[in-house]
Amino acid sequence: MKNDTLLLLGDEAVAQGALDAGISGFYAYPGTPSTEIMEYAQTSRQAAEGKVHRTWSANEKTALETAIGMSYAGKRAMAMMKHVGLNVAADAFINAGLTGANGGLIVTVADDPSMHSSQNEQDSRFFGKFAMVPILEPSNQQEAYEMCFEGFELSERYDTPVLLRLTTRIAHSRAGVARSAQRPQHEITLPEDKRQFVLLPAIARKRYKTLLGRQDAFEQEAAESRFNKYFEGSDKSLGIIACGIAYNYVMENYQDQGCPHPLLKLSQYPIPRTLVERMVDECGAVLVVEDGMPVVEEQLRGLLNRGATVRGRMSGELPRDGELNPAIVRAALGFEAQPGGSVPEGIVQRPPALCAGCSHIDSMNAINASIRDVYGDGRVFSDIGCYTLGALPPYNAINSCVDMGASITMAKGAADAGLTPAAAIIGDSTFTHSGMTALLDAVIENTNMIVCILDNSTTAMTGGQYSHAYGRLEQICAGLGVDPEHIRTLRPTRKTHDEFVQIIKEEVAYEGVSVIIPQRECVQTQARRAKLAKQGA
Amino acid sequence: MRLDIILAGVGGQGILSIATVLGYAAVESGLQLKQAEVHGMSQRGGEVQSHLRISDKPIYSDLIPAGAADMILSVEPMESLRYLPFLSPEGWLVTNTTPFRNIDNYPELDRVLEEVKRVPNHVSIDADAIAKEHNNARGMNMVMVGAASVFISLEFEKLQDGIRYIFSRKGDDVVERNLATLQAGRAFAEQARTTAQR
Repeated sequence: MKNDTLLLLGDEAVAQGALDAGISGFYAYPGTPSTEIMEYAQTSRQAAEGKVHRTWSANEKTALETAIGMSYAGKRAMAMMKHVGLNVAADAFINAGLTGANGGLIVTVADDPSMHSSQNEQDSRFFGKFAMVPILEPSNQQEAYEMCFEGFELSERYDTPVLLRLTTRIAHSRAGVARSAQRPQHEITLPEDKRQFVLLPAIARKRYKTLLGRQDAFEQEAAESRFNKYFEGSDKSLGIIACGIAYNYVMENYQDQGCPHPLLKLSQYPIPRTLVERMVDECGAVLVVEDGMPVVEEQLRGLLNRGATVRGRMSGELPRDGELNPAIVRAALGFEAQPGGSVPEGIVQRPPALCAGCSHIDSMNAINASIRDVYGDGRVFSDIGCYTLGALPPYNAINSCVDMGASITMAKGAADAGLTPAAAIIGDSTFTHSGMTALLDAVIENTNMIVCILDNSTTAMTGGQYSHAYGRLEQICAGLGVDPEHIRTLRPTRKTHDEFVQIIKEEVAYEGVSVIIPQRECVQTQARRAKLAKQGA
Repeated sequence: MRLDIILAGVGGQGILSIATVLGYAAVESGLQLKQAEVHGMSQRGGEVQSHLRISDKPIYSDLIPAGAADMILSVEPMESLRYLPFLSPEGWLVTNTTPFRNIDNYPELDRVLEEVKRVPNHVSIDADAIAKEHNNARGMNMVMVGAASVFISLEFEKLQDGIRYIFSRKGDDVVERNLATLQAGRAFAEQARTTAQR
């Protein structure tokens, strides 16, 4: 490969693209499959030399809001998150559609169809449509790189945030990426209209009309985008619309001979009606191939489905859920399956498990001994982190996982209903992400509940990123108003099991908010530090 | 030229370093490459796989289609069988025979190895033992790369360069040991192929 070609994950291509396009700030909270964008920026010498902001944020909402602030100041900024992170940042995202952008603003969201590492497989293109902003959806790593340049330019041309949608497969797949000429960062320039970002009703109504007025232009941009291509085809019995990475799965099945059908490669939205209309006029039926939810298919069909014949995930040619792959698309194109072997009987799954020596194991054991084994199953609420694995055997320790922070709020709701004891298990990083306001709710009412903040001093599940809670947990809890006598800390090990159980028993007996903080570093980050220290020595 | 390899193993066994060496050799040979990896939750002791695609033409899908893989290269025997639907009828199954038992219901090893033998083109190799013989207990991966080298059209010298590339930071001694381990894996597989062809 040439020197200006790099071998990059899709995530890394986004980071490198943003850097080369003159970004001044990355803002993110870790979340699979988006984490590597920030991690790449953090180790990039180019980013260091350019003093590009690349420190983790407390959560996706603070990340996006900070990025909007940098855009306000006239510089290019990006917020990155996984799909469910956009739910957390949704308030800022939808409203940013109205405020618009000053410096280029890209919101990069990595969806996870098939839920490889997620609670749902929501499709962020719905959010893009909801906010009425342009959406870019790369089909490969090269496009992911180039879309950062285009995205910032589109954002500045129309004074709008732009959504860059990835899926797991492109985020975590490596390919060669050819770089473009680097452009400098912007200087600070405040918006001409100093009230543009003030969404008071009177201004918001004006801004909303501005946003509505831009929709035709956004669509025109998509119709003329170099990322959207209409390929002629002689076999007009079927036309194919292939969105983002799905284009590759279609072409994989035609390879050298080329696709005989008219084919619309769709990588920029809103859906360009002129191109779709042409296909519908030309072809007997249209197959929509898209990874995630049937966003395009649903719009083409409409509620009554009385127009063109549209096939895809809703009609059953493609499965309604789960990630696409070449074989699934092959079947939808009407080809016979390629012969392959089958998995022999007796091949078993290896469910993800807590690491040997993990401090969460000691916490699960103590909580089971003092709550489940005494009062029965069903009293322990939790949420998202490595500790969610406590739901699986051999622990069977936790009863809920809804979203980041929902452990504390759900335990409070159950306590409000009269459930005693009610306990929440939350990690240190999840606590500062979304648990602090929940704890404040409980403190205000002195709810009779126990909050167990498992402090492994890192954001472990996503690979050990900095935790905003590091060294601050007790202060935060006391600051929120938890009685210091009921903030209990200990080092969870096999040896301290009895002490741990005793603490939980004492706090169950206390009628009010108790916080227990078992503190012991993640074995993975500890091992990594030891290795680095050894290499340094 | 087109080469589709499924790399298989368990989280933490380091299949990504195999991908790095093969990928380095491919890129140095002026070939195109796509490599899909598994990150996140399943890395914690779960099954992990990587789809490595190498070609002299543009590569479309990041995933290898079912029935199209030229090789399954597995550092663990049961994991090698999990991906059989991807293996082309002419493809090779090259697997380490040392099991990684982090689950209670791991099947009987003899049965697993029997299933491996039912694949027409297969090489079973005790890569852990070979690595230890070469005083390189952690070099099991490079034994597997050496074994795979017999069946793929990448220049062996380029694979050696790949090893120099990833281990150079750790000193000449580590590089030399891994080169020897690579050679040992290759020698074993060459012999196994000759035996199979008789």
